[in-house]
Amino acid sequence: MKKVVILGGGVGGTIVANLLAKKLRPEEAEITVVDKTGKHVYQPGFVYVAFEHKKPEKLVRDERRLLRKRVKLVLGEAVKIDAEGKQVHLADGTVLDYDRLVVALGARLTPDELPGYKEAAHHFYSLEGSMELRKSLEAFQGGKIVVTVASVPYKCPPAPSEAACQLDYYFTKRGIRDKVDIHFLSPLSRVFPLEPVNPVVEQVFAKHHIRSTIFFNAESVDPEKRIVNSIEGESIPYDLLIMVPPHRGAKVVEESGLGDRGGWLPTDKFTLRTKAHADIFALGDCTDVPVSKSGAAAHFQAKVIAESIVADLRGEPATARYDGHVMCYCDAGYHKGISMSFDYEHPPVPPPLGLKDWMGKRFLNRVYWMLVPAGRV
Amino acid sequence: MILDARGSFCPGPLMELIRGIKQAKVGEELEVWSSDQGSKKDIPFWIQKAGHQLLGVVEEQGYARFIVKKLK
Ligand SMILES: Cc1cc2nc3c(=O)[nH]c(=O)nc-3n(C[C@H](O)[C@H](O)[C@H](O)COP(=O)(O)OP(=O)(O)OC[C@H]3O[C@@H](n4cnc5c(N)ncnc54)[C@H](O)[C@@H]3O)c2cc1C
Repeated sequence: MKKVVILGGGVGGTIVANLLAKKLRPEEAEITVVDKTGKHVYQPGFVYVAFEHKKPEKLVRDERRLLRKRVKLVLGEAVKIDAEGKQVHLADGTVLDYDRLVVALGARLTPDELPGYKEAAHHFYSLEGSMELRKSLEAFQGGKIVVTVASVPYKCPPAPSEAACQLDYYFTKRGIRDKVDIHFLSPLSRVFPLEPVNPVVEQVFAKHHIRSTIFFNAESVDPEKRIVNSIEGESIPYDLLIMVPPHRGAKVVEESGLGDRGGWLPTDKFTLRTKAHADIFALGDCTDVPVSKSGAAAHFQAKVIAESIVADLRGEPATARYDGHVMCYCDAGYHKGISMSFDYEHPPVPPPLGLKDWMGKRFLNRVYWMLVPAGRV
Repeated sequence: MILDARGSFCPGPLMELIRGIKQAKVGEELEVWSSDQGSKKDIPFWIQKAGHQLLGVVEEQGYARFIVKKLK
């Protein structure tokens, strides 16, 4: 029997596994997911842990319960991918053979890469980070908050500007907004990464008195002087620093010699096969595919990979292609949101800001568990 | 160092360049390839702001090569 091994039980890996279990007959293939925690985490909810009162446990479910019964779940950390020998090695010594491998290991947060980061910065890119940020916000009585990113690329490109809006809303609700100066530093030539959406975000920032500086790429943080310095030569002071941590690709990819300079796995942007090995597919945050690192991208990519693997195993031509589709919702506070949808050929159309997309985001937060991991949508 | 960012929308190519500059040594030349029109504005603008040198922009079929020298 053929063997499909999927590394990572996050958004991408779980959907691929469930779609394969639906499409392939049990005697056609054995499907195995390897995950180091066995927990599936809904990361878009981190923002609500930090800025609202979302309970952290609501964002975590057992991966086993999200996978179809016939999918085998192995708890363990992948430590080596042997592409020539078609094997994956786990930390406990287990070795798994595969006919097709799917790499869905997500991005790795690497706080050590920016001097001063660990001592100084707060973030909302992990559950623990979000809970700590909430405590610091609760203790904050006034002063200057800087919101920025440690480096590019990072997952969910709109998240930092979403956080700036959430901060404004948070302190407005607490009645001390006039005591808080919010300063947003963007690494790029504008506040929002996607050009067509930028004017909408700039308007929101202007309306809510969120200051911004462009072309600020952090080089170091000085925790004692409370200053963040950029490679462009600017230094900006803060009282509270909220900074998206540096990201790299998966460690096992890097250590197996399969990653690029940033540890991202070089992957064909249409077929989602890795450039060096046609029997290894990759999706989601761990690849170098030139789209926003987002759950939505992983979701759409999963369908292409599942179809391609079915075709491969049945000896049919694999024709499915990923078109670069990404779609996301941002919550701007005050019950307003924006959504954007784009692909390789079509940039996003500037969206109106309103209640509808705010509700869209809230709705997705609720129905995610039922619809997304199972591959129902 | 060649950074091939063809096929990625703005700001992808600029992000590649920033990443490249961070890793390069002072005096090193980098080339970033972009098929996105927005790069023609973004990339020279950033290079100036960051204090590096744009040695040239070469138009190729369907993309442009930006040649940059890291100055500091
Ligand atoms: C604050 C925030 C807000 C976001 N908002 C949105 C949003 O609104 N919309 C959107 O689409 N996306 C959003 N995202 C991004 C989204 O969460 C990710 O893009 C998505 O989770 C990527 O899926 P993935 O399958 O690639 O990786 P992940 O979901 O991160 O899963 C990777 C899995 O691999 C496992 N793993 C890692 N290394 C190993 C190893 N060596 N061995 C075994 N297992 C391993 C991990 O435990 C994890 O389960 C947001 C992210 C953050 C941080």
